[in-house]
Order: sequence, then C-alpha cells, then structure tokens
Amino acid sequence: MSMIELQAILPIIVLTVVIVLLMLVIAFRRAHGLTAGFTVVGLLCTLLSIPIAMAVGEQTMSLLSVDRYGIFFTVLLLGVALASTLLSWEYLRHRSGRNEEFYLLLLLATLGALVLAFANHVVSLLLGMELLGVSLYAMISYPEKGKLPLEAAIKYLVLSGCASAVLLFGFALLYAALGSMSFVEMGERLSAATDNQVLILAGTALVLAGVGFKLSVVPFHMWTPDVYQGAPLPVAGFLATASKGAIFAALLRFFMEAQLHQYDTLLVTLGVLAVASMLVGNLLALQQQNIKRLLAYSSIAHFGYLLITLVAGGMLGGSKLAVEAASYYVVAYVVTTLAVFAVISLLSSEGGDEKQSVTDLTGLFWHRPLLAGILTLSLLSLAGIPLTAGFIGKFYIFTAGIEGALWVLLAALVLGSAIGIYYYLRIIYVMTLQDDNKTVKYSSPWLGEIVAVLLAVLVVWLGVLPQPLMVYVGGFF
Amino acid sequence: MILVNLILILLVGGVIAWISERQHPNLPRWIALLVILFDLGYLCAVADLSWSQIAVVPNPSDATTWLFHYKAEWIPRFGISFELAMDGLSLLMVVLTLVLGAISVSSSWTDIKQRTGFFEANLLWTLAGVIGVFLALDLFLFFLFWEVMLVPMYLMIAIWGHEGRSYASMKFFIFTQVSGLMMLFAILALVVLNQHSTGVYSFSYFDLLGHNVGGDIAYWLMLGFFIAFFVKLPGFPVHTWLPDAHTQAPTAGSVILAGILLKTGAYGLIRFVVPLFPNEAMAFSPIALALGAVGVIYGAILAFGQDDFKRMVAYSSVSHMGFVLLGVFAWNTLALQGAVMQMIAHGLSTAALFMIAGSLQERLHTRDMSKMGGLWQNMPRMGAVAMFFMLASVGLPGLGNFVAEFMVLIGLFKVAPWVAVVSALVLIVGAIYLLIMMQRAFQGKPNEGLRLSDYGGREMLTMAVMIVGLVWLGLYPQPVLDTAQPVLDSLTRLVVEVSEAASTTDIAGAFP
Repeated sequence: MSMIELQAILPIIVLTVVIVLLMLVIAFRRAHGLTAGFTVVGLLCTLLSIPIAMAVGEQTMSLLSVDRYGIFFTVLLLGVALASTLLSWEYLRHRSGRNEEFYLLLLLATLGALVLAFANHVVSLLLGMELLGVSLYAMISYPEKGKLPLEAAIKYLVLSGCASAVLLFGFALLYAALGSMSFVEMGERLSAATDNQVLILAGTALVLAGVGFKLSVVPFHMWTPDVYQGAPLPVAGFLATASKGAIFAALLRFFMEAQLHQYDTLLVTLGVLAVASMLVGNLLALQQQNIKRLLAYSSIAHFGYLLITLVAGGMLGGSKLAVEAASYYVVAYVVTTLAVFAVISLLSSEGGDEKQSVTDLTGLFWHRPLLAGILTLSLLSLAGIPLTAGFIGKFYIFTAGIEGALWVLLAALVLGSAIGIYYYLRIIYVMTLQDDNKTVKYSSPWLGEIVAVLLAVLVVWLGVLPQPLMVYVGGFF
Repeated sequence: MILVNLILILLVGGVIAWISERQHPNLPRWIALLVILFDLGYLCAVADLSWSQIAVVPNPSDATTWLFHYKAEWIPRFGISFELAMDGLSLLMVVLTLVLGAISVSSSWTDIKQRTGFFEANLLWTLAGVIGVFLALDLFLFFLFWEVMLVPMYLMIAIWGHEGRSYASMKFFIFTQVSGLMMLFAILALVVLNQHSTGVYSFSYFDLLGHNVGGDIAYWLMLGFFIAFFVKLPGFPVHTWLPDAHTQAPTAGSVILAGILLKTGAYGLIRFVVPLFPNEAMAFSPIALALGAVGVIYGAILAFGQDDFKRMVAYSSVSHMGFVLLGVFAWNTLALQGAVMQMIAHGLSTAALFMIAGSLQERLHTRDMSKMGGLWQNMPRMGAVAMFFMLASVGLPGLGNFVAEFMVLIGLFKVAPWVAVVSALVLIVGAIYLLIMMQRAFQGKPNEGLRLSDYGGREMLTMAVMIVGLVWLGLYPQPVLDTAQPVLDSLTRLVVEVSEAASTTDIAGAFP
C-alpha cells in the first residue's frame, strides 16, 4: 500500500487507533464521564482527519474505494456515532453497572460501518458487516441486565448469524460462477456470463435474503420489533440508523458498480420486496402500543420506500437521479429517526424503566414542550409533511418513481404513507392530551437536549434548504 | 415583497402571540386581532389599487400582467422557486381570509380559556398557510402551503376540540393528506412530462400552463388534482370528514374551516384543474356536474336530519359548496362569477352560523337542538341575528347567497338544464331544514329558570360586520364581480382557445 492510499483511508486508521487508546484508558482508570469524553474526542479526531484524506483525491484500492460517496456516508455515520455517544452517556449515567466498555463496542460498530461505506469488494463488505453485527450483539445486552435485552441479543445473534451465513454462501456461489469478488469485476463478468446461470441465480437469491435480513425488509423482518424493543434506547437508535444506513450504502454501491440495474428479474424481486415492506410494515405498525415496536415497523416501511429508488434506477438504466434520491432519503431517514430515538431516550434518562409505551407520552406537550416539539417535528418528517427532511426524501422517491414509470410501486407508496400518518399522528395526539394532575420532576439532560435540538435543526434545514445537499449527492458515481 | 410580507406578518404575529401569554392570558387575543387587522390594513395601504388596475385582464401565462408578482430562486436543482402572485381572484380570497380571521379571533374570545397563546398562534399560522395557498404559483410551493396549513389546524381541533376530537382531527388530517399525496403525484408527473419535452424542470404555473400534456395520462393527472380539491371542497361522497371536523372543532376552528379552508378547494379547481387540463376537465364535466348536484341535494337532506346544531350547519356547507362545483364545471363567465360569489357569501353566512352554534354551546353546554327551545325570549338579540343568517342561508333575495346561487343556476341552465333544475330543488329543502332549525332552537316554549346572557357588544359588532357584508353583496355585488371578471375572462378565453385547438367537444350534448 502506498502512502497516498494510507492517507486516503486515514479515517479508518484514526478510528482504530482511538479504539486501542480507549481500551488503555479504561484499563488505567474506570470513569464513565472520562470514557464518554474520550470517545467524543476520538470521533471528532476521526471527523477532522477526513479533509486530510480527501486531499489525495479519490482512491480506488482492491478492497476499499475512498470517493465522494464513501466520504459522504462516513461523515453521516460518524455524526450518528457522535450523537449516539452523547445520548448513551445521558442514558447510562443514572443507571448502575460498569458501562465503560459500552463505548468501546460503539466505536467498533462505527468502524464496521465505516468499512461498509468504503467497501468495493465482497471481503470488505463482509468484514464490515460482521464487525458491525458482532459489536451490536454485545451492545444490545451489555448495559441492562434484564430479560428482554438478553432475549433481543440472542435473537439478533442467532438470526443475524444465520443471515451472515446465507450471505456468505451466496457470495461463495457467485464467486464459483464468476471467479471474482470485486464489485466492478463481478458486474463485468456477470453481463458476459453465459453458463452457470443456476449458480448465479441461487447465489443472488441467497445474497438478497441476507441483505434483506440486515435491512429488515419483508419477509425477512421478523426479528426487528423484538430486537428494537429489547435493546436499550440509544442502541436501538444506533441499530436503526447507523447499522441500516451503512448496509444500505454498501448495497447501493454494489448495485451501481456491478451494474445490477440491467437484470429485470432482480428488479422485479426488489419491487415485490418493496411493496411487501411498505404494506406489511405500515399495517403492523398501526396497532402498536409500544413506541419502539412501532418505530421498528415504521423503519421496515421506510426501507420499502427506499427500495423503490433501486428499482427506479434499474428502469432508468442506472441513472444518477436514483442514486441521488436514495442518498438523500437515507440522510433524511437517519437524521429523523435518530431525532425520534434521541427524544425517547432522553425521556428515559432518569433511570428506572424505559418510557416505551405510547401512553407514557401523555401530556408531554405541556410538561416538556421542547422534547415534545422535537418529537412532533420528527414524526411529521417521518410522515413526509413539507418543510421537513422526510418530505424532500419522499419528493425524490416520487420523482424517481415517476421517471421510471413505476405506477404500482407508487400506488403502494401512497397507500403506505396514508396508513403511516395514522400512527404517527396518534403519538402526536397523545402528547397534546391534558395531563395536569401529574406533577413531573426531572433533571434536565441538557447535553442530550442539545443533541436533540441539533438533530431537529437538521431535519428542518434539510427540508427547507435542500439545494446544497442535492448538488452534493448528485455528484456520486 | 408585499406578498411575502402578508404571510410573514401572520407568522411572526403568531410567535409574538404565543410568547405574550406569559405576560397576561388575555394579551394573545388582542395581539392576534391586531396582527390580522394590521395585515389587512397593510394590504389596503400598500396595494393601493385603482379600479383601472384591477380591470386589466391578466394574461394567465405571463406573470408581469398580474397585480403583484414575486419570484426568488429556491431549489434550482428541480426548477423550484419561491413564486407568489396575486390577481383579482386571489385578492378577493385573501381579503376574505383576513376578514374571517379577525371574526374567528373574536368568536373565540371567551370560548378558549386554556393556553390562549398557543391557540392564537395556531390560528394565525393557519391563516398564513391559507394565504400562502391563495398566492403560491409555484406548484411545489403551493403543495407545501396546502399541506403545512393542516398541522396548526389539526392541533386546533386536537387540543381545544370537543368530546370526539381525537377521531375528528385524525380523519380530517388523513383525508386531506391522502388526497394531497395524489395531487403531489400529479404535480410531479406533470413536471416530469414537461421536463421531457422542454429539457428543464420547472414547477412554475406560468411555465406549465401552456404545456398541453394530451393523451390518457392527462386525464389521470387532472383527476389527481381534482381529487385533492374535491375532498377539501368537500364533495359527495368524500365529504364525511367535514361534519366530524366542524362539529368537534372549537368555534374559531369551525369558522376558519367552513369560511376559509373549504375555499382553498374551490380556488384550486378554478386556478389549477381547468386551466392546466382544459380538455380533460371539459370531458370530465358531466361527472363533476352530477357529483355537484348530488352533493347539493344530499347535503341538504342530511342537514334536515341532524339534531346537533353544528352538524346541521356542517351538512348545509356540503350542500352550498356543491354550488361552487357546479359553477366551476359549467365553465361560463356567469356560473364562474356565481361560484366566486358563493365562496364569499357562504364564507360569511356559515361563519356566522357556526359562531351562533358556538355561543349556544358556551351558554347551554349542548349542541343538541332537542334540548333547546324558546331561546328567542331569553336572548332576543341572538335570535334576531340567527334569523337573519338563516334567511341568508336559505337564499333570500337581497342577500349575498341569493345572488351567488342564482348566478350559478342561470349559468348552469345554459349548459346542463336538467342539472340546474335538480339543483334548484335545494332552495325548497334548504328552506325546510333551516326553518325547522329556527323553530326548534329559538321558538316554542322557553325553558323556565334558565338565565342566559344575550349577545354583548363584541359579539354584536362581529355579527354586524357579517350582516353588512351580506347585505352589500346582495344589493350591490358589482365591485366583487368587477374584481373577479378580468381573471375569469382570461381563464375562459384560455380554455376556449385550447379546446378549439383540439376537437370541439360539446359538453352540453352530454345532457339532453
């Protein structure tokens, strides 16, 4: 590896060094605040190393390619990690137990996510995915010693392990048929391949199943609500945003670099998965009384919406509009979802049982107006009301879908959004109810509230002035 | 900038009203009232329009011929700009919005006791959104206002509404939102088609107007727009959100809903559906006329069956707004003028009826007419006022509603005589249910031992504004007609040009 290439992957190197140092810090002195502070500083250093890495221009290596696309998702993922660190600190500091290693796991998971953002090879894809996944198993059950977190962690471990095995087997079959594991080469040989069709078909199906599981797309979604419910709130937020966002970023790169948009069978399959996710996700969210489960189902639906962009990309011959739409939607989804989790996690920052039930939010508007306002804004963004990031995301998907003439998918999108409004509005309605006889005393988690406010500002900013980001994401590939 | 300021004043005023609650719970009311009156005064002072300016026939596809025009770049990636423009039609609608806004503040003066600041803020923001809808001529911006104005309205119903507010507010939001998504779909498809033929994205009304989509797809796009506006209007059979929302909303909310929000649907039909898709709209008009006539009769019959005072007024709205639909799709100048008149007259008369319903609820704690009776003896002033607006609603000659309905019917008769005949039946049904309402609530044996305070100065003043308005519209409607005339002329001309360019379809032929 040349020096230039090392400089290009500087963010990954810096993050690795930070992880080692953090381990040493914990070994010398166990202090929750110190560990969290060091994590924040380490993440900031990683962010600062990005301009240095970009100075050498786009570099394509055998396993990683450091380009605008990868850098973009790196910044997004580091931002999520930063917010998650601060939220975890608020969440954990009133809870007993030795929680220092939690931050180690968080950084390891972030490292995995970063690798996914740069991955241009099956090996780095799998490496990143496993690093992310294995850290998450531990993160889910680590801080809380209850029954639900353990159940969630084991469920995630077993099912995610199976999915990884399926994915690996699928890639192995593809390798047997194509003889390469780099995305670009796989694409080239795939379009030239004449024999081994059965192997390729089986391999693709297995890969789709594996990725579908990681993104919790129907019918591979069964684990999602249980894991969300069992995971501590900041972890559930990280899982919903960083983990899914990174895996989708890798998938999108695979899709584009391997030129997968030319295979109609794949597009039809993706379309079916999209419709199923939109409808099933929204329908199952309707009657949920637990906010975490509700958000789990809503995230299933949102990934259904997101898959439309891939199909549209296929209909348009891999056009930039589809990548642009997908990237914007991922950003909008990540920022909004993180804001929702931030608010709910801050509500539970007092210690004790988590505030998971919708009825726990009764009267929130009147005793904690700031958090209620942010939650309302984020829910409206998830529902796709204008002036929020979510609306611009939906606008993009509509535009891409219309350009690709995907009428059935768009009809499902309209139907899904219609159902979606109901359960988002229900939460807002509960927050407006009168609840005056309940006198709530709480210590204001100011650091976490700053994070939530910043996220809310981002939601509005992306919804009102989307032009700069549109221009940036328009330059991918 | 005048148009931007019109909206900004209301937005900022809402924030001030909200904050001012900390000083005194009464302060937000005064601030809200002053903000709205200031906005109205600002429009009159700065606009400084003479009749000759208004009489200029604007070219629908050239913004510079309009009264005011403002355009700023916003999202160049998709050719979206912040574009507002005003012509005679939007001028009328904006004035109506502000007048009814002030009336709604007055109507909620004693009604709302908790969190007055946030209430008035939501009220002002709703008005800002509605004015945005009337002024926006970039389709993206239009959609944005269309959706965003729902949120404060939703909060008004959900927080300060009556017993069934949860269901009603949800239904209101979902109906409008889903139909709105269909419009978004149609807008984007129109823009994409336009982009395919011209090479650039543009959401500007002025760019899209000349673009003739043609083919089957145009019909579907027209339907997308139509459904959104039709739900808001509301038309049969998608009117069901309206009785619930109106009944459960606080008085000010009902006044705004009936007086202003419904008009955005009618405005959209005139401004967007017919000019953007003239051929398709004309092909669709038999269905639209039939739906309008059914709505007129059906709303009246259901109003007849209600015990709940507010629900009855709400169903009468369905009936009256049906005339607007008839007027628009008859598409001749007379009928269109009638539709515009109906928008204004219905705004005033229904707002007054909802205000009366609100005052009754405040005094009697019920809206059930079977528990009322003989109220005239207790409250003679309110009785007289109710009598006036009841007569206006029936369509008594000399008042605004009569002029409006008469013009629509005459215009419609030229195009589809049978529809006009059927719709005219409502003049009988309407008289029946309104007279029965009057008898049940205000006449008969008074409930002994009931001490009720009659209308005071504030209420009488508010009512006087609306009474003067309706009498003026009834006796001398010419200024309103003159203001709307140039716009309607230009639109009808546009449609004639387009439909002559295509094959001439005789819509009258659909109705023998």
